[in-house]
Amino acid sequence: MGEIIVEEKGKKGGKRHAKKHSTRIDMTPMVDLMCLLITFFMLTTAFSKPKVMVITMPEKTDDPADKNRPEIPKNRTLNILLTEGHKVYYYIGIADPKKPKEMPQLVKTNFSKDGIRKFLLIKNKDLFTKIAEYRDKRITGKTVVADTTADNAIKKMKKEDQKGPIVLIKADEKAKYKDMVDIIDEMAICNIASYAVVDPSPTELEMLKTAPK
Amino acid sequence: MPKIKQPARSPHIDMTPMVDLFSLLLTFFMLTTSFRPQEAAPIETPSSVSEKQAPDNDIMTIYIAKDGKVFFNIDNGRDTSTHFREKLLQKMAEQYKLTFTPKELDKFSKMAGFGMPIKNLKAWINATEPKVRDKFQEGIPMDSIDNQLAWWVRMARLTNLSAEVAIKGDAETDYTKVKKIMDLLQDNKVNKFNLVTNLQKDEASVKDIPK
Repeated sequence: MGEIIVEEKGKKGGKRHAKKHSTRIDMTPMVDLMCLLITFFMLTTAFSKPKVMVITMPEKTDDPADKNRPEIPKNRTLNILLTEGHKVYYYIGIADPKKPKEMPQLVKTNFSKDGIRKFLLIKNKDLFTKIAEYRDKRITGKTVVADTTADNAIKKMKKEDQKGPIVLIKADEKAKYKDMVDIIDEMAICNIASYAVVDPSPTELEMLKTAPK
Repeated sequence: MPKIKQPARSPHIDMTPMVDLFSLLLTFFMLTTSFRPQEAAPIETPSSVSEKQAPDNDIMTIYIAKDGKVFFNIDNGRDTSTHFREKLLQKMAEQYKLTFTPKELDKFSKMAGFGMPIKNLKAWINATEPKVRDKFQEGIPMDSIDNQLAWWVRMARLTNLSAEVAIKGDAETDYTKVKKIMDLLQDNKVNKFNLVTNLQKDEASVKDIPK
């Protein structure tokens, strides 16, 4: 690197009159630091764009008993209830207050891999396997399609699915925002075809009170 | 010819050009990147597997802090001709019967997120000390008598018809507060929300399905 050499004048070969003072500044640490700073700036600009999770809600209708709403088959309906403590409760079917004897039982679970995800994968086995196989084919290179084509194909598979669960997500006032984001995330991870966020009914709030803690 | 004996010298690589390049690159990055605008309240977003990126412009952001305080931000549009922030402030000023000088409008268009009742907005724009400025940030009122957030959203949509809505909420915020804001947005015909999350990869595979 930069050398500052102070030369003594009148140096004759063989006999040196005075010692040659040469001051050399070793600039290696400076280069190291600059290298670090550049890497830092290069990486931090890449991370600054925030990621978003897009959710689309259905239009709010004033009429709760919407005649146009299609009938949801009872055994495909999966109701997920979110409450305090990051707990997840679910039940299958419809909780009809007029039929207290047929009231379904709440099952307690959580957000871990063995929790709600396991149950969702079991219920959505066929659709999930279909989509996972399609994605594998793209990764291994057996199917070569553009990203948008792949997205549309997956959307089509979800639309045509007839066996997967229809999930209704309900949160009471003690749930946290993170719980809602996590459950919608699980919908994406488990390739659930149709889900909706709705208000919990008074019956369900009652069920939560008597649910296993 | 006698053999020319050269004394053993350690190799010296002249690194001047490398230092030049490094300083050039460093200056480039320092100038092209801009600091993230100071956010009014620290918000830790929840994590999600979504890899979609938020659009840079034509987006309005509603921040919800842990205690439920609401802040609002909107960008100026794709180029310098649109002046969305100025137009938005003018519309709000008409609605609430306030006046802003052109200098205040100009200052506002360069600022970022804010959260205060609109009557304090003038004082916030004119405050010069960051500490004084931060004291104003108490959240946008959302009560039923005077739902200022609803007006901000409504006017922002009128100013920029193609603006998308992003919601940046803290993970530990009560869900009811977020729901209130989503209901407000749905009342204003916004049904698509971008929830700001941080990326955390997680996936399930066919092996995870129990037999």
